[in-house]
Amino acid sequence: MGAILDMLCSTMPGAATLASVQHAPAGASEGAWWVMLIPGLPILAVLLVTGCAIVDIRGKIPAWITVGSLAAAFGVTLATYLEYSGGTAITYGFRWIDFAWGAGEGQRFVADFAFYVDSLTCLWMLFVTGLATLIALYASEYMEHDIGPNYCRFFAAFGLFVFSMACLVMGDNLVLLFLGWEGVGLCSYLLIGYFFKKDSAVQAAKKAFVMNRIGDLGLLIGIFLTFAQFGTVKYAELFELVGPYLELVREGRVGEVPVLVQIIPVLFMIGAFGKSAQLPLYVWLPDAMEGPTPVSALIHAATMVTAGVYLIARTYPLFLVSGWALPIVAWVGALTALLSATIGMAQFDIKRIMAYSTVSQLGYMFCGLAVLSSAGAAFHVFTHAFFKATLFLCCGAVMHGFAGQLDLRKLSGVMKMSGWGIVGGAMLVGCLNLAGVPGTAGYFSKDMILAESFVTPGPGYQAIGWILLITAGMTAYYTFRVFFRVFVGPEYFEPGDEHHGDDDHGHDHSHAGGHGHFHPHAPGWAINLVLAVLAVGSIAAAGAYFVDRGHHGWVGGLVHASTANYEEGSAAFLYHIDDSTEIVAPVDGADGHAEAGEHAEDAHGAHGTILGLDPHAVMYYISAVFGLGGILAAAWLHGPKGAWGLGLGSRTEAAHSRADALMDAMQPVARWAQHKWYVDEFYDFVIVRPLRVLAHAFHVIDKLLVDGLVNGVGALPRLIASRVRPLQSGELHGYAAGMAVGIAGLVLTVWIVLAGVSG
Amino acid sequence: MTDLVTMAQSSWPEPMAPATLAAYLLLSGAMFAIGLVGFLTRRNLIVMFLCTELMFQAAGIALVAFSRFHLNHTGQTFVIFVLTVAAAEAALALALVVLLFRQKDSLSASVWREMKG
Repeated sequence: MGAILDMLCSTMPGAATLASVQHAPAGASEGAWWVMLIPGLPILAVLLVTGCAIVDIRGKIPAWITVGSLAAAFGVTLATYLEYSGGTAITYGFRWIDFAWGAGEGQRFVADFAFYVDSLTCLWMLFVTGLATLIALYASEYMEHDIGPNYCRFFAAFGLFVFSMACLVMGDNLVLLFLGWEGVGLCSYLLIGYFFKKDSAVQAAKKAFVMNRIGDLGLLIGIFLTFAQFGTVKYAELFELVGPYLELVREGRVGEVPVLVQIIPVLFMIGAFGKSAQLPLYVWLPDAMEGPTPVSALIHAATMVTAGVYLIARTYPLFLVSGWALPIVAWVGALTALLSATIGMAQFDIKRIMAYSTVSQLGYMFCGLAVLSSAGAAFHVFTHAFFKATLFLCCGAVMHGFAGQLDLRKLSGVMKMSGWGIVGGAMLVGCLNLAGVPGTAGYFSKDMILAESFVTPGPGYQAIGWILLITAGMTAYYTFRVFFRVFVGPEYFEPGDEHHGDDDHGHDHSHAGGHGHFHPHAPGWAINLVLAVLAVGSIAAAGAYFVDRGHHGWVGGLVHASTANYEEGSAAFLYHIDDSTEIVAPVDGADGHAEAGEHAEDAHGAHGTILGLDPHAVMYYISAVFGLGGILAAAWLHGPKGAWGLGLGSRTEAAHSRADALMDAMQPVARWAQHKWYVDEFYDFVIVRPLRVLAHAFHVIDKLLVDGLVNGVGALPRLIASRVRPLQSGELHGYAAGMAVGIAGLVLTVWIVLAGVSG
Repeated sequence: MTDLVTMAQSSWPEPMAPATLAAYLLLSGAMFAIGLVGFLTRRNLIVMFLCTELMFQAAGIALVAFSRFHLNHTGQTFVIFVLTVAAAEAALALALVVLLFRQKDSLSASVWREMKG
């Protein structure tokens, strides 16, 4: 293995000069030891909760342990952020992996258990730990019907999830990132399959795990190649080694960047597509709804799916030097956004609609990264984390209260029922954000990405801008479709078929099976508190946009100070590459590209335009038109009669609305969207079925050929023996006669032989 | 003492004539054949056991006869051992026969035939 790597290193162009193993992190300072507590506290909680399971504690202690340690981790993160003063700080834990297979350069592989803290890490960990704390608090109430060993199991996996995410985000090298990467994959498997007695949950867990593994393979190969090419997996050293290539790109000599360096980000990208549920690996995320709702919120809002975006942001310099990676990311992101939005429009399960909206919004984030607006992408991750957590937890509250009912045709006017005000209000805030209504956080973050996609001169980026704009309208439509159907209108509900827990907490009026006298069970203080905090957070997140205007807000400032910052003209795909590798001329507009809002005023004709206008200036209005248009469409099609339907709606019952006629008119498109464009069926047909046939074929070969050989070796002696065995009759006289005849024969033989010898 | 040694090493008693030896061997062979045929034809365990004893003694007669013929003591010595062992074996075998009889209330050898392939 070592020798192969060695050979690979020596044959690679540029490896000899660039592959070097440095042991001291370059350009980084020593970080404070207590940064270790950020991953340390969650893992401590995991151990304590496991202890709770061992001593068989019944009660909410596991939840309080988890909430407490996550809150403490959030506090430490906050302290880290407040202490942070620019640059990169590395907190060294211990030498994790260290082996050498020779004394030469590139023959020693080192990965430390060390944490890399810069502004990007701070940003990510702030919302990961903050939201995880809130979601854990919510889960303490949501999971209360499972108190006992399962409650412990849930919170142990929850803590492990946050620990893995912390390793992923804070790791100082790609190997530690990979540990966290696999860790979140494992935890998602454990949590999606939490109800392991339900077949669909087990299938969903397996699907998520396998889909993620496909992407992980790309990331893993990418890490191998990174080591082979650069001789290190540490970010600090890696970014230093990428520096010369970035310089080449800035001078327009893109062709001189080694092909391998350009391939590495493509492989990373495949990993990101798996983890962040992009085409073609997105199908696991909607199925992940099988897990308990807090898990969905955790996966969709804070951890797991943002890992792919983080990976690209973290290794942004690598992506910038590649001529192919970012345009692919852009197109995949845009198509994912559009496709999943169309599916979301036709679903009836509100949690599933939210799941598709996550896939869609992740597409926006990828586009943001790909259109060189890493700040916009990070801001969208940040705002999305808040409002998607809000939306999911609202759906979870509905599901919890209505015995698992999620069908929007069977619920109506939830907001007016007593005790549901906070849920309804939080849902409205979440919906406004997701729909991108002017003034909300989601509006600002989406606009940053939209505007940049029109001005960045990449391959077909104008079209991507239009796709994203249309998707924004569709997003607003399906978001408010849920709101208008479920939360306002005439009060109506049909309870679902889950009755677990109803008897546990003393709702004597709701007996299992008694649909006739089912009463919805309004959320308790923990759920309401969390929803209120998240709703306020979602609104407040918009304020972050106005903090650091020069860099497009607070998040933009943090991204600007990190390695994910994009500098003018340093992206390889802006330049044509031809065979002579001599082209210096950037594509029209690359040099005129306005990096940040401060240049928006002096934008000139070389810019991408939207309807002949400067996108930076008009995007606010255009996206507002699309967003509000979507909401009005939803109001007309699904809104109830009266003020809540904005005066447009006509719905008077839960199950039917104007959209039914539209649905009928639009067959078969509607049917295809309802069936998720048959993507699952397509995968089943193209991949699963052939593999199953192959497996059966191998099974037959195994049975006939392999087992046949093995059994044949055993069967032959048995066959011979079965012929000979009857000679042993058990009759004493038979043996005696045999012996006598044998001896006689022997004597006769000896006699004849001796006679022959002497004669 | 000296006389005994001298006697043992001397040619006394006279070597046996070949004709006499033949007679002894004929007797031995006949006895062995009777024992063998008896063993193969009879079912009674005790009779079968007696037949084996008969074969033993037939072999013993042949050995003593050869010993006397060759004036070599080895054959006789061997027969002494065989008799000893046969005595011990007789005790064992008769005890077994008693036990077997108790199991099946029969002395026939043909009731014991479980050991077969």
